Formats: sequence, C-alpha cells, structure tokens
Amino acid sequence: MTETIDGLKAAVPCLAFHEDHSPYLRGTRCKVCGETFVDLRENCPACASRGQMDTIELATTGRLYNYSIVYRSFPGVKVPFISAVVDLDGGGTLKGNLVDMPVDPAAIAFDMPVEVVFRDAGIANPAGEGFTGYFIIPRKEAE
Amino acid sequence: MADVYVIGTDMIRFGRFDANPPQLAAQAALMALDDCGLTIRDMEAVYSGNCSETMVGQRMMQLVGQTGVPVVNVINACATGATAFREAWIAIKAGLYDITLAVGAEVMGKKGMLVPKNAATGPVPQEGLVGSGTMPAVFGKMGMEHARKYGTTARQFAQISVKNHHHSTFNPKAMYQKETPIEEVMGSEMIAYPNTKLMCSVNVDGSAAAVLASEAAVKRLGLMGRAVRVRGSALASDPYTPRNFAMADVNTVTRLAAKTAYDMAGVGPEDLHLVELHDCFATAELVHYENLGLCGEGEAGAFLDSGATTIGGRLPVNLSGGLLSKGHPLGATGIANIYEVVTHLRGEAGARQREGARIGMTHVVGLGSACAVHILEKA
Repeated sequence: MTETIDGLKAAVPCLAFHEDHSPYLRGTRCKVCGETFVDLRENCPACASRGQMDTIELATTGRLYNYSIVYRSFPGVKVPFISAVVDLDGGGTLKGNLVDMPVDPAAIAFDMPVEVVFRDAGIANPAGEGFTGYFIIPRKEAE
Repeated sequence: MADVYVIGTDMIRFGRFDANPPQLAAQAALMALDDCGLTIRDMEAVYSGNCSETMVGQRMMQLVGQTGVPVVNVINACATGATAFREAWIAIKAGLYDITLAVGAEVMGKKGMLVPKNAATGPVPQEGLVGSGTMPAVFGKMGMEHARKYGTTARQFAQISVKNHHHSTFNPKAMYQKETPIEEVMGSEMIAYPNTKLMCSVNVDGSAAAVLASEAAVKRLGLMGRAVRVRGSALASDPYTPRNFAMADVNTVTRLAAKTAYDMAGVGPEDLHLVELHDCFATAELVHYENLGLCGEGEAGAFLDSGATTIGGRLPVNLSGGLLSKGHPLGATGIANIYEVVTHLRGEAGARQREGARIGMTHVVGLGSACAVHILEKA
C-alpha cells in the first residue's frame, strides 16, 4: 500500500482502512456471475443475484480506459482536472482524478499504465475533520 | 391492435422567458389543440413532463380548464417529454381513452447543466475529487471512447455543431439562428474535452405538446389528412454494462430502445427519411449514428463527413437545429422533436423540409439512464 495518513477519514465510500490504518479500495465480487464492482453492494446489478456479494480488496494498478479534461465544473471546484476512467487489474472500473502529469490531451494515452495512490484530499468538513482520498497517477511498467 | 396517431402538435419558440413551467405548458398545449381544432374538454387524460417542479400538469389545467380528467406528472431526466408522450400513447393503446394530451415544459433559466443533481454522494463533495460527474464531462467521455476505438477527431465532433447550427438558421422556433463556422466552434471556451461551449446544448426555457388519438377517433373527427401514425414506441432503462458505474453508458440503452422500436415498427434504418436525435453534446450525436444503426460500426465519422446527415443529404439529422442550437429545455425536448418530425411528415417544415419524408425517428436519452425512441409515419 502506498501512503498512510493517520487521523483522516475516508473521503469516498469505496475507500476503507486496514487494521494498521492503511487505506485500500474496497469492492465486491458476485459469487454467482463473477462480476467485480467498486464499493459495497448488497445485490448484483449484473445478474440480479441477491445477497451473493463477497467483499474484496481491489487492485491499485490498472490501465487508463477513458478520460475527459474538465475546464468548467460546479461552482467552487478547482479546474482544470483530468477525469479518468481506469480498468483495475483483476476487475472493477474506477473513476478518479488523474494527477502528477500535464493536463493536456497530448500527454494522455489510452491504455497507459496507472496506479491508485492515497493522499490527503485537501478538504475538511465543517467539523474540521480531514479526509483521505484516492488519486490516479501514471505508472512506470517494470522493465 | 389499432394504431395511435398524432393529430395535433406544436411548440413555443425556445428562449428565455419570465414564466413558470405551468404557464409555458399551457401555451404549448393550447397551440397543439389549435393545431387539430380540439379543446381541452376533448382530452380524456393528460401526461405532463417537467424535471424540476411538482404537479405541473394540474397547475397547467388551472390555466386552460380544469376538466377533472386524470393528470399524470412524469419525470425521466432528458427523456421526460418522450416518456410523457409514450404514456399518452400507451393509454390509448390500452383502450382506456381515445384522445390524450402530452405536454412537456421546462424553465432552465441560466442554471444549466452545471448544477449538482444526483451527484455522487460521500462524506465530502465528490465532484473534482474523484473525477467528474458533470454532463459535459460524461458526454466528453462518450466521445473520447469513440475516439479511442476509431480515431474520431475533435474536428469531426465540432463539425456536428457546425451542421446543427446551420440547420437552425432555417427554423424560426430555434433559440439561435446563427451560423457557427468550425473555427468558431473549436475556438470557443473548452468546457470538457473535447466539447467546447458551442458543442454543448443550449440552456433554454421551452414547451411542446402533442395530441394523440385512436384510429377510430381520428376517423370520426375527419383528421386523417394531417395525422401521423406512431409506428414504434420504445423506452429502455440502462442494462448493466461493466463500466457503467464509472462512466455512464448511453450507448447500450440507446441500442436497446432502437432495436425495440425498429422491431415494433417493422422498419429498419434504411427506411428512415429524417432523424431528430439527442445531441445534448456534439460528441453524442456522432456516436448515436452508430447506436441507432444509421451507419455501420466505426463509420460515424465518415458518415458525417459524407454530408448524409446535413440538410439536403440522404438522412438529415436534427434539421430543427437540435439541442445544440434549437435548445434543450429538458422536459420539453422529447415532445419538441416529435413536433419536428411530424412537421416534416406533414410537408409543413418550410425552408428546412425533408422532401419526400414519410418515416422519421425521434430519440432522447435521460442520463441515469432512460432512452426513448419513436418511429413516426405519414398516415
């Protein structure tokens, strides 16, 4: 696991913590059809099986399937940013911000290897609590 | 089962008005009634589409005549108007009524599509933290997926907007009637790559209405001359596809609705003379060419480049100017495109008339998702 940020809550529902407080991506897999999902689910949207979902830890590596670069968003949202769609190794598709690289279509390649990292989300709720989020960064493949 | 016909339809010119949805709905309803010479007293049930308020149908009746008939308020995102139309069709198909009214109205103001609605929920705002759920980004990705598969260019997507703005110069009911050269489209503010501001639908207020009737009623009223037959009516929700929680999939739901509508109508894409499809963003129109079977897989870019979908072409798409230039008042949109196709089938579309139009298709997608496809034929 990449980074541990003690004292910060999960900023997104699919982000969970191991006993040692290290964050991970939590997903589910259907025992019946084998489909993999980001986040918890009670029943399977793919095959409609009821109560057959195993909770699993999702991979933090994958490949960029798709993206858009967002220049206008809701009021107060910092732009521009890359909204990326990543197929995780072993199943599940994750949407997130692709960071640590130029915000420029010329720099972005479909299927480029990427990695999910956990960092301070840089926001706090009105109670002053901080949050851990996940971010997607380019990944160098092993030689 | 006996056919159902559109006997009256109209829309107000889309724009920005100091009025509420019931007021706009009342205008379009009265115009559609005038179009077939009937009154609100002839309507046996009313289906009203609007995405932002409650009881718009009943509040409209307070403005045009409270006859006590059943009024159903429909909400189905951008498929709202078409869903109301379809409910009005189903009611006649079921044999309960002979004449029904479908109306759609929306007051968008300037709030547009960049407002949080059904946004992903979490302990803190998710937009911009874990990607984007804004409409421009969702439909930007729809285009980028096509680019990924087939190498479609930003310029081709922009050309959709050039075409539809051109079409709107022939439509007096469009919000804008203004040419937008490709340089202007590509040079306008980038909203969500590859969609620039001029590749996003126009936020407008508007309303549209349609009067539907059973075959027996059309004959009894002597209205077959301008009547248009509903040959196919389909509504689909989005079936599961593997990436749909990370990236809305409006392709599969469109393909499902289109197949159902073609099968019901007993026609294929080669039989169509014009199409009004859901160009909420320029990227969407191009991809829907393939989703609706208007061209082969991977051929949408070439199909556009061939001029087939431009006025004067073999299969003109969005002759009204589309959502990109006519405007996109959510609840009204699905009925406004019924109005457009009906007007061509009647031969009453003036400067933008598709000559020889006998069969046309309408298509809308509400994100979330709902897709409605109708196939209409000159009676």
